[in-house]
This record gives sequence, structure tokens and C-alpha cells, in this order.
Amino acid sequence: MAYTINVNGTSRTVDVEADTPLLWVLRDTLDLKGAKYGCGMGLCGACTVHINGTPTRSCITPISMVGDAQITTIEAIGETEVGRRVQQAWLELDVMQCGYCQAGQIMAATALLASNPKPTDQDIDDAMSGNLCRCATYTRIRAAIKHAAGIAHSEPTET
Amino acid sequence: MTREHALLESAPDTAAGNTVSRRAFLAASAAAGGGLMLHLTVPGTAFAVPSKSGPGAELNAYIRIAPDGIVTIAAKNPEMGQGTKTTLPMLIAEELDVDWKNVRVEMAPVDMQKYGPQFAGGSFSTPMNWDPLRRAGAAGRQMLVTAAAQTWGVSPSECETSAGVVRHKPTGRTLKYGELAARAAKLPVPDLRTVSLKDPKDFRIIGKFTGGVDSPAIVQGKPMFGIDVTVPGMRYAVFQKCPVFGGKVVSANLDEIQSLPGVRKAFIVRANDAAAHGITNVDRLQEGVAIVADSWWAANKALQKLKVKWDEGEAVNQSTAAFEKRAAELFREAPQKTVHKEGDVDAALASAAKVLEATYSYPFIAHAPMEPQNCTAQVRDGKVEIWAPTQFPANGRTLVAKTLGVDESDVTVHMVRCGGGFGRRLSNDYMVEAAWIAREAGEPVKLIWTRQQDIQHGFFRPGGFHHFKAGLDANGKLVGFRDHFVSFSGADGDFANSANITATEQPARLIPNVEFVASLMPLNLPTGPLRAPASNALAFAFQSFFDELAHAAGRDPLEFLLELAGEPRVIPPPEGANRFMPVPGFDTGRMRGVLELVAEKSDWANRKSLPKGTGKGIAFYYSHLGYFAEVVQATVNPKTGFVKVDKVWVAGDVGSHIINPAGGINQVQGAALDGISEALGQAITIERGRVVQSNFHDFPLLRMNQAPPVEVHFRITPNPPTGLGEPALPPAVPALCNAIFAATGKRVRKLPIDPAELRSA
Repeated sequence: MAYTINVNGTSRTVDVEADTPLLWVLRDTLDLKGAKYGCGMGLCGACTVHINGTPTRSCITPISMVGDAQITTIEAIGETEVGRRVQQAWLELDVMQCGYCQAGQIMAATALLASNPKPTDQDIDDAMSGNLCRCATYTRIRAAIKHAAGIAHSEPTET
Repeated sequence: MTREHALLESAPDTAAGNTVSRRAFLAASAAAGGGLMLHLTVPGTAFAVPSKSGPGAELNAYIRIAPDGIVTIAAKNPEMGQGTKTTLPMLIAEELDVDWKNVRVEMAPVDMQKYGPQFAGGSFSTPMNWDPLRRAGAAGRQMLVTAAAQTWGVSPSECETSAGVVRHKPTGRTLKYGELAARAAKLPVPDLRTVSLKDPKDFRIIGKFTGGVDSPAIVQGKPMFGIDVTVPGMRYAVFQKCPVFGGKVVSANLDEIQSLPGVRKAFIVRANDAAAHGITNVDRLQEGVAIVADSWWAANKALQKLKVKWDEGEAVNQSTAAFEKRAAELFREAPQKTVHKEGDVDAALASAAKVLEATYSYPFIAHAPMEPQNCTAQVRDGKVEIWAPTQFPANGRTLVAKTLGVDESDVTVHMVRCGGGFGRRLSNDYMVEAAWIAREAGEPVKLIWTRQQDIQHGFFRPGGFHHFKAGLDANGKLVGFRDHFVSFSGADGDFANSANITATEQPARLIPNVEFVASLMPLNLPTGPLRAPASNALAFAFQSFFDELAHAAGRDPLEFLLELAGEPRVIPPPEGANRFMPVPGFDTGRMRGVLELVAEKSDWANRKSLPKGTGKGIAFYYSHLGYFAEVVQATVNPKTGFVKVDKVWVAGDVGSHIINPAGGINQVQGAALDGISEALGQAITIERGRVVQSNFHDFPLLRMNQAPPVEVHFRITPNPPTGLGEPALPPAVPALCNAIFAATGKRVRKLPIDPAELRSA
């Protein structure tokens, strides 16, 4: 069945079954490989995209539920001012190890900072605890969020 | 079996080799576009891969300098987040004397004859490459200097280099590397014995915080990982094996599956006669049902409708409960074997002022890298092409060749960035599955496992059971120690992979009377190396029991550990330790150094001033050539028993340089948190031969709200640099459990930590 969805500001028509998760439409139909498959059950956050600005687990979001909502993926997050700052902070602190979860982490962090420019540690816990990092880069994710927000932190950065 | 042993299986004739500096030489050639290409060839290096067709192994680094001065450096080893794709090229760039901003890094092809060992495991990349790759860079620099000197008609000794430029000191003339590369490529290559290395005080790249070379692409979501690979005409596959390991397919509803939307083909994969093909690998092809579809979602949907009648085989009788029951029985029986014996433990215990006994146990654990197992394969005209996130590509190539009955030279494996490895991707089961399915399908396929398949079909960290008995003298000094280790045996009857203990486990060789005895239970489940294999489990049991002993003696656990270390001295490695690579002795001074450093940084002396319910624990562990002491502070809720880890302090000694502090500190923090993650919640349990857990709801990983700050301190010592992927993990587990004891007076003797056991109100 054909669905027309709005991805990163562009209208895209895809012919997939109604229960196909948005994740697999993005990855395999639209060739946007940034969102990742991690668990398929909304447990890890590797597949996080924004739907109308809200961080959403694309692995459990059927295409039929998307409608005309604005979908933003990691590929376009740098086009927003907050997203660009988050990406930059991720690089300046060298947050990632394997990097597989980091698209989801960046999407979650960007949504947090877009609605809460100066988050507390508790705010960061609340916003980020749904995103697993098997390499456990949490120390740097927390610091990078603060770095992007202009809040002091004690992790080293690229000089 | 340790990871080292696992790797040795693929290179049984490995011997300690000659040092790189005596044997290495360079080969030069002109690069496309007129630049310089350097191949570093080092026969007989530390890790020698025997070759029936040649005189030994080659280690090869690869430098290309374009006329515009851009330097392309090949990264020889798989990248799984441990950072070698950045760190190893940094070594070359430093001695080549170029600006890092002008360096581009490319993944090397898999060619162990040309590049030497190419694997990610054992924290070996740093110790094995520190010397040879710097010499590769230095040799390149020397050729460029010679080319400049010839151009000017001067002596090379009058020239110096800086950031990609050769300068003639007396006249101040300069030439850029890009201008010299073509001429340099025609020069004879220097003997690596003669190349001069920088004085470390002149390092401009080594020791500098350097972001990962792939990071800019990753933050933009560019396709980087195995699961992102796309090849023309590719289909998608799922593969279902029996939930009981080794089970066979009796029948399946293949007709129904093939009629489902998007499904192109469904078929049974028979385990081929491995023995007939000389395949002994535990990661060999297992039986199952493959579904090939137009999309992965269609394949996965069909998988939900798949009905298979399995012949479950003997493994169906296995269970965690039965293992626990049998372990308790074995503790009451005479041990089956002696692993290590020094002195007279019976006599020491008989004369001890105090004797302590305790039983410790830990569960099986899955690796669960964030990127589920996957592989893309294409079989065409007898040639097999593989794109795989793998830690050991050459092993996978051999396995694929043998299984498909083709020449190894007809199998090409591309190393693709791994979304985590942790030892899981040293096994290449998913690679051989993808190759087989692609051949049967007659189309290229990308096989992706579901998370459930990843957790249930692992090469698990083996569980284990220890009964300790130890004696203290009147001064509270440890005088005798016995461990009866109930572990698992593999197919050969010996310790299963990573289920072993060796003569280096402390307190062996630190006190006079030590005995490690073992009894093994047969296991019909694959086990394998998980980050810091064997150590990640043994550290918990041994270092927790040391803490028990210290408390029983009424002593400060730090002081107890320092006494165990004794006077600074080097204990030679046990016989056979050099088989894999030259292994230095154990330096008790380095052990003391990190213990004293972590005590200072964590304010250990004032730990008694913490509020009730909060405590600090300390532990030391030596693995993968790294010395690590860690202190954990934890708070236990008296009502719920929930453990909050407040902070971790790490002191590590991996030698003279932290090559890349960016990745190095990250590895240490991640490893310590990985250990805490394992301790707090991870267990794989078996019922009726099946793994019970299936996803992150019942196999939990540490989350942001549970992750404490991890403060990392390195003690710099004049020793060759060693790796950081693993050694910070093992001590985190006992340090946490010892902190829980300090907070609650309750001793954690079984992992994972059970809050119900820690309630006090």
C-alpha cells in the first residue's frame, strides 16, 4: 500500500505493508541508514527519530500511524541549530566508542535541549535513560549534553 | 580457555618471534598519481602466523602520500569501538612527522600475509603494534629526507623534518612531502634497525586527545556499520536455529512461509558434515531454516509464522538449576584435576590462626552488542564476497571456504565497522550462515539476526562456581589458599572456552601455599571470550574473597592487598605464557603503584566517615598486561536493597604512554561501567536446554540513570604501552561488591547482585 510521508522536509511516497515499522521504511526503502535496529521492541532507543519534534522509537511505529507528521532523522538533525551544537559537542568530547547507538543518543539529546536548554542531571537522566549504550559512554554523553548547553562539566575535550 | 587460547586455535604453531626491529623491512612503490606507497614487511613478528607456503608471517603497514601532501594511512585491524582505527594510524603519523589534519585513514583489506595479524581481541593491538608501526612511520620519514637531500645535493644529516616538510638546516631551504613522494618511492627502503625514532618528548600526535576518525560521519548518520551495507540486487534474510543448541530440523511449514508476501524462498539449512570438511570450529554452521525476502521486515514477519518441528537432541536436558545442583555435589567430592599447586596448602591451613571458607558463583552472560549479528554475502561464479562486522575476519574466511568447499583465495572478506564486539564477533557463525544462504538463494543477501536470536544464540561467558578455603596467620597475613573451581568442559573434555583458570591467578605466586583444583561439568552450549575473558569472572570471586579475608583479619583491605603484593619485584611469567606474544613478568611494584594511587584519589583513608548505608570497596586486577586498581562507592537502600553506584575511581598502569587519551579514557570508563552493568543485572539462565532471556527487558544493560561518574587516573611508568580495551573491567565487579559489604555488612557471593538479599529494614 502507498504512503506519503514527510521525511526531513521532503515528501516521500513508499509502497509497503501497513504494519511496516518506520525504521525499516527509512533504512531499507528510503536508504536512510542512520537510525539503527537494536531491539525491535522500543527498549534501546537506537532507532530514535523525531516525529513533530518528539523523540520516537521508529522500530515500533508502524508506517500507517505516521500520517503527515514531520519526521526528522539523524541525517538532517544538523540542519537545526540545537542539533548542530549537539553533534559538535559529541565530536569535541569524542563521545562515541562503537557509535552504533549514538544516532539515537543525539536525537534524544537534541530533543531534550530543544525543550530544556539548561537541563539538570535529573533532567538528563529522565530524557536519556531510554537510550542504551552497550559501550557505556554515559559519562561523556552527559558531559556532551552539558557542553552543548554551555554548562560546566569535568570531562576532557579536544584542545 | 582464554581468549589467547581461542586465538591460538587458528595458529597452533605460533611461537615467540623475533623482535620487529631486527627483521622488518620496507617495500616502496609509486602510488597512483605519482605519490609514495610504503609497505612495511615484518617477518617473524611477535605474533607469528605460520604459513605452509612461506617463511613466516608478515606485518604490514601502509602509507600513501599524494602530491598535495595528503597522507593516507591504512588501519590494519577491525574497529569495534576500541579505537584502533584511530590509534594505530596515529603511531605511523607521529614518526612520519606529518600533521594529523592531513592524514586520511582507510580500512586495510584482509590480508594476513601482507598485513600480519588482523584481529580485535585480547587488548593486543597496542602492544603488538607500538613498535613496528612507529618504525614504519620513521622509515617513511627517512626516505623522504633522503629524497630531499639528493634533490639538494646535501647530506641527509643536515636535514630535519617538521609537519610534512623537510628543511635543510644550513640554508633554510624546504620541500614538502608531497613534492618528495615520487622521488622517495624510488629509493631503497631502510632497514628498520637503522631508522631513528623520535625522542618521546617531541611527540606531537601520540598522547594528544584525538577524536575517532569515523566520528564525524557517525554523528551525521552516514552508513558505517555492517548492518548498513547494501549491494546491488541484495535480498534480506533471517535464519532460525533450534532454541536448544545443536538441535536438528525435522520439518517446517516451508510452503506456507513461501506463500507469504515478499518472501522469495524458505529452505532448510542442513548442518553439513563438518568433520568431512575438517571443520572443528565451534562457530561452524548449525541447522536451521532460512527465509529470504524482498525486505527484512517481510522476512521477520514470516519468521513469526514459521513453525519448525525440531529434534532437540541431548542438550534439552541442560538447565541452570541442574548445573547449580551438580556443582554443590562436586564440591563435596574430590576434585577431578589440579591446575596449579605450589607449597603445602594443607599444612598451611592446619597451622593457620584463622581459616575461612566461602562459595562464590556467577552466571552465564551474553555479549549483546548493540548491533545485532549481521552479514552481507554474495556468491557468484564460485567467488564469495562477504561484508561483515567481525573481530577476526581471516578466521571467518577460512570457515566460509571450508564450509562452502571453495578455495580461500576465492573468498573476499571486507572488514566493516562493528557496532560493538566485546568478543562476540571473534566467532563468525553469522558470516558462514550468510554465505550459505546467499549461495542457496542464488542472490546476494543481507542476513540480520533479531535481538532475541542474538541473546539466545551466543558464545556465552561461562558461569562458574568456586569454593575457597584460606588461612590467615596470627598477624592476619594470608598463608594458604585453595580454590575448588567447578566449571564446564567443552567437546574435548578440557575447560570450555573461557571457562578456565591459570597459574597466574592471584594469590598464586604471591604467597607460598596455593592450590587451584577443578571439577568440570559437561556443557552442550557454546562459550567464548567476553571482554576480559575468564578475568571478568575470576576477579569477582577472588578479589571479593580477599576482601572477606581482610575483614576477617580486622585489617584495611588496601593494606591487605599491598601486603599481598609485597616488595616491588618482577615475577617471571609462567612457562608457556610466551606462546602468543612475548609476555613480561608481573611487576608487584606496578600493582602497589596503582593501589596507592587509587587510594589517594578516592580518599580511601577517610572512607569510614561516609554515612550509614554508603560504603567504599577496593579491588585490584591484572589482565591483558594492564594493572588496574579501582574503588567504588555505593549506597544501598535499606528498604528495597537497590544499589546506587555513586562513583568509581580508577587507577591504571599501561606503561609509558596513553597513545590517545580520548579513546583511552573512554575505554577505561566504559570497561568499568561494563563490569558494573554485568554485576547489577546480567544473567543468562537455561531451562530445558533453552536460553530464557530474549531482549533488554530481561537481559538489562546499564542505563544513564544508573551510570556513576568514573574518574580515571593513569600512572605513567617506563614500560612499553599496552592495551586498554579490557583490563579496567575485572576489578570494577569486586570493587562494587566490596563497597556493598562496606555499606551493608552483607557479602555478595553470587552474581548478579540480588537486592532482596541486601534489605535490612
